[in-house]
Amino acid sequence: MSSKVKRRNVLPGFGLSLGFTLIYLSLIVLIPLSAAFIKTAGMSWADFVTAVSSPRVLASYRLSFGVSLIAALINAFFGLILAWVLVRYTFPGRRVVDALVDLPFALPTAVAGIALTAIYSKNGWAGQWLEPLWARGIHQLTVLVPAVDWENWLGGKLAFDRPGIFLALTFVGLPFVVRTLQPVLADLEPELEEAAATLGANRWQTMTRVILPELMPALITGFALAFARALGEYGSVVFIAGNMPQHSEITPLLIITKLEQYDYRGATAIAVVMLVASFVLLLLINLLQKWSRRYYRI
Amino acid sequence: MKAKVVLFSLLALAAVSGAAAKSIELLNVSYDPTRELYVDYNKAFATYWKAKTGDDVTVKQSHGGSGKQARGVIDGLPADVVTLALAADVDALYDVAKLIPQDWQKRLPQNSTPYTSTIVFLVRKGNPLGLKDWDDLVKPGVSIITPNPKTSGGARWNYLAAWAYAKHKQGSDEAAKAFVASLYKNVPVLDSGARGATTTFVQRGIGDVLLAWENEAFLALKEFGSDKFEIVVPSLSILAEPPVSIVDKVVKKKGTEAVAKAYLEYLYSAEGQDIAGRNFYRPRDPAAAAKYAGVFPRLELVTIDAEFGGWAKAQKTHFADGGVFDQIYSK
Repeated sequence: MSSKVKRRNVLPGFGLSLGFTLIYLSLIVLIPLSAAFIKTAGMSWADFVTAVSSPRVLASYRLSFGVSLIAALINAFFGLILAWVLVRYTFPGRRVVDALVDLPFALPTAVAGIALTAIYSKNGWAGQWLEPLWARGIHQLTVLVPAVDWENWLGGKLAFDRPGIFLALTFVGLPFVVRTLQPVLADLEPELEEAAATLGANRWQTMTRVILPELMPALITGFALAFARALGEYGSVVFIAGNMPQHSEITPLLIITKLEQYDYRGATAIAVVMLVASFVLLLLINLLQKWSRRYYRI
Repeated sequence: MKAKVVLFSLLALAAVSGAAAKSIELLNVSYDPTRELYVDYNKAFATYWKAKTGDDVTVKQSHGGSGKQARGVIDGLPADVVTLALAADVDALYDVAKLIPQDWQKRLPQNSTPYTSTIVFLVRKGNPLGLKDWDDLVKPGVSIITPNPKTSGGARWNYLAAWAYAKHKQGSDEAAKAFVASLYKNVPVLDSGARGATTTFVQRGIGDVLLAWENEAFLALKEFGSDKFEIVVPSLSILAEPPVSIVDKVVKKKGTEAVAKAYLEYLYSAEGQDIAGRNFYRPRDPAAAAKYAGVFPRLELVTIDAEFGGWAKAQKTHFADGGVFDQIYSK
């Protein structure tokens, strides 16, 4: 008779659990973040624009987003290899290696920063060999392509320059990629590869047509997590970055700088820009992930 | 029944003795290098206060970057007294949160600064580059370690000392700006705080010279050995005045105003001044200053009030966003 049939969910308690989710999310995430927006709302539009678009701040956005992106891409590549090895092969000490992956999660980031600086600075035990190599590499690049100011772009030193930021961000981001990929890889049966081989696929085809499509969503998620983590990282970077204005200052450092000057609003203004930009990027990455899942469906 | 009587008499006894000898707790929020100074001083003050009033006073200390500490107090850290690196940070307690009156610096003698310090150079043993004065620092190839003046109170003194030297020598603000700009060209790392800069210089081995508080430089010598570093005193530097103040709103609420005031006033006493001298701060009192004259080298010292028109003005001209320091780094 009536077409109005109440649609019932298979699982009961949807209303309750959604309510719980929203309250929890509000308490833990939304309310603290909205404080930043409220504090910023006290500024005039002109003040806001000045605060978030001075040359020094703009340079820091470029640096923060740029280096975070590169670090996350490198982590996505090497994290995939690491996860693959940890899941697919058994070898002595595998458990130890597996546990090591989590260390960057647990280590206080300031300790990580100090440790990395001690190792890579020019009298550190790796830095004393690597820094001259790096400097020579930069010199070679400058000879080959003189049009680009390589030393400015890539940094002339390892520690206390841009490469240091990259090292720190790669360090903190690695576990995210590995830990997201591991369960997916474990679920991926080797039989799939065997089937591909019996159907005449060569190794490259198996990799690009069978394995990678299955892994793509998890890989993108891992990449997004590593990227987001790198964007917000402060503790380890300040020790190794050198913090030169308009060259190696990350955005979180500028926020702290504003706070040191009792400019609470200026600080939250930059924070708001970071928040919005990160949110948009993460949203885009999520969409990309969704799209990749559909696109690669076998 | 008997137990109850005993309990009551005990309670009564406790109440009476409590009235006779109170036990008071103060919180002194300070900056990094004063740790050793106040450990000494708190003991001396507790003894003095006990003898004077019979009350026990324990002073808790909190140390950190000066600006960060001031922010802590603004955000609700219940400090009875603040003993910070520069007046600008104490000013913030008035500007941002109205915790103290505007004229706080006039309440105690000598700009509320019982001890002073200055900025000197710490160089590696033997002074391999032969650095003698500010002029030597701007030579090409010299690597200078100093923190970022926008995040570090100590670094602002460094910057202003260099500026004052150039201004005295060459006469104009333009020349001073050019001098400071060339000095910062020789700075490879801008740490966010003074302790970070000391670590970079001492532990990482980066740089030829560290611009440091005089008392920090002495402490570094004491701690890491005078066989590794030495102090070079320039011909002119700045009289660094780390001021002290009670935090009116907090002491009124806690009822500790009298003891907090006495705590700061006692810094000016003969004993307080002696402790300051012993911990490498320059005492104000002529007698104590004479006693430690051998420790502290003589040099020309300029004040921030005479040279820069006070902290508020110096802060605005040099370290505010778009100020001279930012201009130096804008390409």
